[in-house]
Amino acid sequence: MAMQHKTGRANHIWRMFANHAATGLAVLSTILVVAPLVAIFIYLLYKGASSLNLAFFTQIPKPVGEAGGGMANAIVGSGILLGLGSLLGVPVGIGAGIFLAEFGRGGRLANFVRFTADVLNGVPSIVMGISVYSLIVLPQKHFSAFSGGVALGIMMIPTITRTTEEMLLMVPNAIREAALGLGVPNWRSVLAITLKTASPGVITGCMLAFARVAGETAPLLFTAFGNQFWSANVNQPIAALPLQIYVYAISPYDEWHRLAWAGALVLILLIVVSVALVRFVTTRGVLKGAN
Amino acid sequence: MGVGIEVSNLNAWYGSNHTLQDINLHIPANQATALIGPSGCGKSTFVRCLNRMHETNPIGKVTGTVRIGDLNIYSDASPVEIRRRVGMVFQRPNPFPTMSIYDNVASGLRLNGFRNRRMLDEVVERSLKHAALFDEVKDDLKKKSGASLSGGQQQRLCIARALAVDPEVMLMDEPASALDPVSTAKIEDLIFQLKSQYTIVIVTHNMQQAARVAERTGFFLNGRLVELDSTHKIFTNPGDKRTEDYITGRFG
Repeated sequence: MAMQHKTGRANHIWRMFANHAATGLAVLSTILVVAPLVAIFIYLLYKGASSLNLAFFTQIPKPVGEAGGGMANAIVGSGILLGLGSLLGVPVGIGAGIFLAEFGRGGRLANFVRFTADVLNGVPSIVMGISVYSLIVLPQKHFSAFSGGVALGIMMIPTITRTTEEMLLMVPNAIREAALGLGVPNWRSVLAITLKTASPGVITGCMLAFARVAGETAPLLFTAFGNQFWSANVNQPIAALPLQIYVYAISPYDEWHRLAWAGALVLILLIVVSVALVRFVTTRGVLKGAN
Repeated sequence: MGVGIEVSNLNAWYGSNHTLQDINLHIPANQATALIGPSGCGKSTFVRCLNRMHETNPIGKVTGTVRIGDLNIYSDASPVEIRRRVGMVFQRPNPFPTMSIYDNVASGLRLNGFRNRRMLDEVVERSLKHAALFDEVKDDLKKKSGASLSGGQQQRLCIARALAVDPEVMLMDEPASALDPVSTAKIEDLIFQLKSQYTIVIVTHNMQQAARVAERTGFFLNGRLVELDSTHKIFTNPGDKRTEDYITGRFG
């Protein structure tokens, strides 16, 4: 009896230890995940916040040698580029994801599309820039916001496609059968029931893709090109925050360096705000007890 | 009103697996017919052939004829039309999780293009009353998700959802197997009431349930229909030795 009691006690201590160790590891991992973002954000605040003023959001860059100026054109330009990119990337990406999960499941074409998406995901962004350059910029003989949007949009497609597929596959078959059993045509069931049930995950995928391309510089170098002046014309070169940051950061002027830091801070803030905004808007109508 | 079902030479496959073999039977209108048999005997596949659900499986295949009323469902109409006339309730409650209680019941009509608000309100209320759920949910119709209800309530919600499209036949694939005894009793009461308006085919593992709700009972074994007769006869004086072995528990 005494022996048994002892092993029971040793076992208890071991379990307590294992429990604390596992919890500790989980907390540590959480810190490691959050720390880089917080560190980057604090450093950007430290370096860039002092250059943030109203002029930064309302003025365009001043010529070399003049102090002041802002990145208003780059902020608007990034918005236009990301809008164009989403216009292309979101519908094509979701459409392809629906095909993979609902219509082509297990078929040859689906396997080919899935493979293509994975390879496309691995294509370096600079290669994407050169490809769009030769496909759109060269024939048109000028840089343009349109070509930049296309480059970003293509880069969004694989992420959106694969997350959409995964999320749709997670919808229980019982839900699909419930819809079909009511005499709902398959296409309608896919759009109104399956996609809607998977929508929180699909939106996360779109946001991931959006946040990823929002900071891309390389695909814009040969397409949107950048612009020191106001332009909202999709057929003209257009400014973009990452491009402007790049130009300012490699310049020899301290004033421009500070503006580059401020630009980086604004870029991150804009990404965070837009992702949070989409989350807020899309979760507003969720009912009590759903999911 | 319910209509009768006439099945002749029905065969079904999953890939190379011949799950249903030469099924011939008649299911009378406005009665409940129970299908019993061990797991894997083909009874679920059989009901899924009655609303062309079996063929939604890429490896599912069916031959033979099924007449529901005067309609040969494999030649006279599309699967979508058939499923509007033949409602189905599944083993596990499967309300649409993103929809409110109201939207769940209205979904069948809405997704078929029905938009008239006042009519929808009426249909939803009538269907929920019919499924004996209205009093429990009437205050939360548009506030709560269908998935927030208890299991038994969810199953009655699914029945209401099926009733809302006004079918002639209701197929129930073990509708109470995931529910507790109280919820099961409610579902059985419901089946009793629904019989006056619908033809009901219910698959069940629970032989007492078959005895309680069904006028007629069929026994399936290894993909074949062993016999189909009045419930009273099946449970007191079955015509086949295998049926007797199964219902007395002397099986395998």
